[in-house]
Amino acid sequence: MENLNQILADALAAVAASDNEAGLDEVRVQYLGKKGALTSLLKQLGNVAPEDRPKFGQLVNEAKQQVQEQMNERKTALAAAALNAKLANETIDISLSGKGQEIGGLHPVTRTMERIENFFRGIGFDVASGPEIEDDYHNFEALNIPAHHPARAMQDTFYFNPNTVLRTHTSPVQVRTMENNQPPIRIICPGRVYRSDSDQTHTPMFHQVEGLLIDENISFADLKGILQQFLNVFFEDDLKVRFRPSYFPFTEPSIEVDIMRTNSKGEESWLEVLGCGMVHPKVLEMSGIDSEKYTGFAFGMGVERFAMLRYKVDDLRMFFENDLRFLTQFK
Amino acid sequence: MKFSENWLREWVNPAVTSDELVAQVTLAGLEVDEVEAAAGEFTGVVVGEILAAEQHPNADKLQVCTVSDGTEQFQVVCGAPNARPGIKIPFAKIGAVLGGDFKIKKAKLRQVESFGMLCSASELAISEENDGILELAANAPVGTDIREYLNLDDNIIDVDLTPNRADCLSIAGLAREVGVINKVDVKPVAIEAPAHSIDDTFPIRVDATEGCPRYLGRVIKGVNVQAETPLWMVEKLRRSGIRSIDPIVDITNYVMIELGQPMHAFDLNNLSGSIVVRMAEEGEKLLLLDGQEIALRADTMVIADEQKALAMAGVMGGEHSGVNAETQTIFLESAFFAPLALAGKARSYGLHTDSSHRFERGVDATLAAKAMERATQLIVEIAGGEVGPVNEVATEANLPKANQVTLRRKKLDQYLAVSLEKDLVTDILTRLGLEMVEVTDEQWVTVAPSHRFDIEIEADLIEEVARIYGYDNLPSSMPTAAVNFTPASESKTPIQSLRATLVSQGYQEAVTYSFIDPVMSKQFFPAIEPVPLANPISGDMGVMRPSLLPGLVKVYLHNQNRQQSRVRIFETGSRFVGDVNKLDELDQKHQVAGLIAGSRYPEGWYHNNEKVDFYDLKAHVEALFDLNQGATPEFERADETYLHPGRSAYVLVNGERVGVIGELHPQLSKELGTNQAVYVFEIDLNAVLGAKLPEYQRVSKFPEVRRDLALLVDRATPVNALEKVITANAGEAFKKVAVFDVYQGQGIDETKKSVALGLTWQHPSHTLSDEEVNSAVEAVTGALAEQLGAVIRG
Repeated sequence: MENLNQILADALAAVAASDNEAGLDEVRVQYLGKKGALTSLLKQLGNVAPEDRPKFGQLVNEAKQQVQEQMNERKTALAAAALNAKLANETIDISLSGKGQEIGGLHPVTRTMERIENFFRGIGFDVASGPEIEDDYHNFEALNIPAHHPARAMQDTFYFNPNTVLRTHTSPVQVRTMENNQPPIRIICPGRVYRSDSDQTHTPMFHQVEGLLIDENISFADLKGILQQFLNVFFEDDLKVRFRPSYFPFTEPSIEVDIMRTNSKGEESWLEVLGCGMVHPKVLEMSGIDSEKYTGFAFGMGVERFAMLRYKVDDLRMFFENDLRFLTQFK
Repeated sequence: MKFSENWLREWVNPAVTSDELVAQVTLAGLEVDEVEAAAGEFTGVVVGEILAAEQHPNADKLQVCTVSDGTEQFQVVCGAPNARPGIKIPFAKIGAVLGGDFKIKKAKLRQVESFGMLCSASELAISEENDGILELAANAPVGTDIREYLNLDDNIIDVDLTPNRADCLSIAGLAREVGVINKVDVKPVAIEAPAHSIDDTFPIRVDATEGCPRYLGRVIKGVNVQAETPLWMVEKLRRSGIRSIDPIVDITNYVMIELGQPMHAFDLNNLSGSIVVRMAEEGEKLLLLDGQEIALRADTMVIADEQKALAMAGVMGGEHSGVNAETQTIFLESAFFAPLALAGKARSYGLHTDSSHRFERGVDATLAAKAMERATQLIVEIAGGEVGPVNEVATEANLPKANQVTLRRKKLDQYLAVSLEKDLVTDILTRLGLEMVEVTDEQWVTVAPSHRFDIEIEADLIEEVARIYGYDNLPSSMPTAAVNFTPASESKTPIQSLRATLVSQGYQEAVTYSFIDPVMSKQFFPAIEPVPLANPISGDMGVMRPSLLPGLVKVYLHNQNRQQSRVRIFETGSRFVGDVNKLDELDQKHQVAGLIAGSRYPEGWYHNNEKVDFYDLKAHVEALFDLNQGATPEFERADETYLHPGRSAYVLVNGERVGVIGELHPQLSKELGTNQAVYVFEIDLNAVLGAKLPEYQRVSKFPEVRRDLALLVDRATPVNALEKVITANAGEAFKKVAVFDVYQGQGIDETKKSVALGLTWQHPSHTLSDEEVNSAVEAVTGALAEQLGAVIRG
């Protein structure tokens, strides 16, 4: 009996001392194999008093089982340790950069234009486009700006010949839409426009989004409602907005919209952001829309101005230099 | 238009502060651009009189003056050359504070004590002029605070008037508007013209009766052009942005600002025979008073005498006929020129004057006589003279008629989405000067006053009511119209997706000008005649771009020159190609173009900074087509002078060229100064924005079988020729072919290349047997050998 306890203790110690699978296997052979120390004890069963035999046999079997369990445990632990060691060895520097392309980005003007488009698409406006080289009729005449009109001096126009211009606004797209469709009309016209003006605050090309809504019973209140909403949504702010009388040949009444801005010193000032108005009856009639039956409003905004306000760009000219150090800031 | 707030308040003086006034007129549609003080901030300056002036004992350029403030006398050292006894001047006494916190203290200048300072106009910040001390009128009350005397506690208000509000281009007009807004009465200036004292007249003949429906002239004899324009007038003109010239010119300018009627004065001695208002003869010469000689066109109206043109009507007078230092008798003109006759004329000669500005926009056609009286009154007061009778030539039929305009209740309510009370509307319209012909519950029948010739249609009246009621007081709502959403078609890729695809490949979007340098255009496209602008902003922005690529290459160079060597940029926009003489047929096609250069990946630890090549760009282009399976592009070797002949291709869809891709020609690269290879593409946007509606195909449950082939072919054989033969001969279960290696060089005949391909088969309904696959491979290799001379390697 003492012998059994001694063997068991030795076996468990040997299991614990094994530091690899092969060593463990040796221990198994030494104690649990056919000629193993514990197996051999069973062969000595004959030497045990008959009444003690069942008890002895049971003890030996329990000892074998205990050794086997310890071996299994040890084996699992060793495998885990081996795996851990292997994984530890595979450790990489997770602070290194990923492989592959960096993401690029949209131009801030496009980004702003898409933001404006998204608002108006969301309330049922379609996006329309048209030619940038326009005839005088669509750019001016059809918008109630006849040749002699002083408003022509408000827009310095690029000419190709006396009858062909680079569009000075995207309004000709509205005209073309009215010529080809009857109300209800809900469109916005984003795009490039051109004026022969170049200084700190003007570039000879810039972008506009203009909009047009014509239907029965469209009122000034609708115009105010939509544009106030738009400004709040665009700037994600509950803006103070004012509607101020102005003049455009193609709208009557005409309105300029100002928003209240606060500078770093806390001083408030109004800043003009939009021009708009109820579509002039002559403009409707010229494009074949019954101005008695339908009314509508039109609005227009400079995309660069919105981009400058939104992203705090203080130099208009940066938009067209396409310096990567500028462009990559807008992703 | 700039004006003095105090001057306006002489006409109409509502109980509102300056700030409130500015906000009021802005919200009435007369936008105020700027408000500035009429003078600098200073205190303690009074009207002084120089009693004596003696040479400073120790300084050549200084005088020692004795100055009176009305009660005491002071010794003041002064350096101004015009300091002399008898003149009245601004005197800053001890304790006065001038601009910039400059305190006047007792001082010693070269050992002589000085008690105060005599001031120039610039020291009081009322003018830039700094030539000596400011001389005040002889009757200036000595001792009076100069701010009070010169009415300097005033603002200069700059109002940016829209072209329709020509009626507000005067103090009288602005006063009318302010009166309406505040419901207060306007006090017009009292005009008391002297009766004519002589019978002298000068004949007037109007030939151009359409352009000049009314012309008034009057002779005034014996005027003293040497008289001083009174300081109050000089000051009011200054605050209107007009410099004082001589009393006659100053008075005509003054009346223009006060009443809105531009006028002109001729020296009668320089006029020959009679005044003739006529159209110019083509090429007729006129020396303008600004010194430039112009050749007139026949569409230009002139004021002439019997011999020659004297002035461009309503625009600018002539050098030889105007008032000069010797003038004694003047012929004063006050006319109505029709806006249509003057529209754009000044600008066509590169001119713009206060007069042309007003006549082009329109002057009240009934104003000329009143202005004539007012100017006469002022001339006699200031320069003296004997007044002749007014001679008027008018063509009634050509004068503007009063507009009768009807406002309907139903339209007003519908436009404004609110029903304003009848009395309120009537009151607003009446205050604006409209005559009420008839007012009922249904409508207002009105006649517009002569100064509101801009009111022509019902919408104008709606605007007037809305404007005076206040845009901000009108209701606001969201439109209730039924919303018709246009369904977004899946057969078109939104441009946003296209941009996103490029952005995910590392591209940065650029926006370049649509006009480019004609030199660069020729460098790229010698055979294309680009469309030139008639009036470009500068030579290097002279033609419309026939392609987006020159602009992108320019952007590349800009960045290369700023140490940005890895560039990936794209742009979408129009290009303009076609016959310069048929602009209405011009092709304004939307394009997408891109440019890459530099290392394939951003600089990193995991690669050797390999540069991009043709195939990088090709993958990007293919991705655009593959997006929504828009189209299957084919590539055909390109022949473009701006592209590398061996490394460029046309992109074709259904056999039609839709774009190009390739390396910029090394010669062009060198000329432009690129320091590495630059790859570009440009494709018609519509060709890549197509989309196919996906249609589900059942996925086969049976295993794929792959066989690899290594072939030796001629170097010139394009790999896609192999692919085509394989696809045509590999049987119905054939799925795809992938090229996994291309090799030429050591170990291979130098006219050959080795191509390794992986072929995959999969049958939809059974597992393929070896025999089936083997026979397909045999068919493929046989066809390759026969058609392309391909030899199976090893």
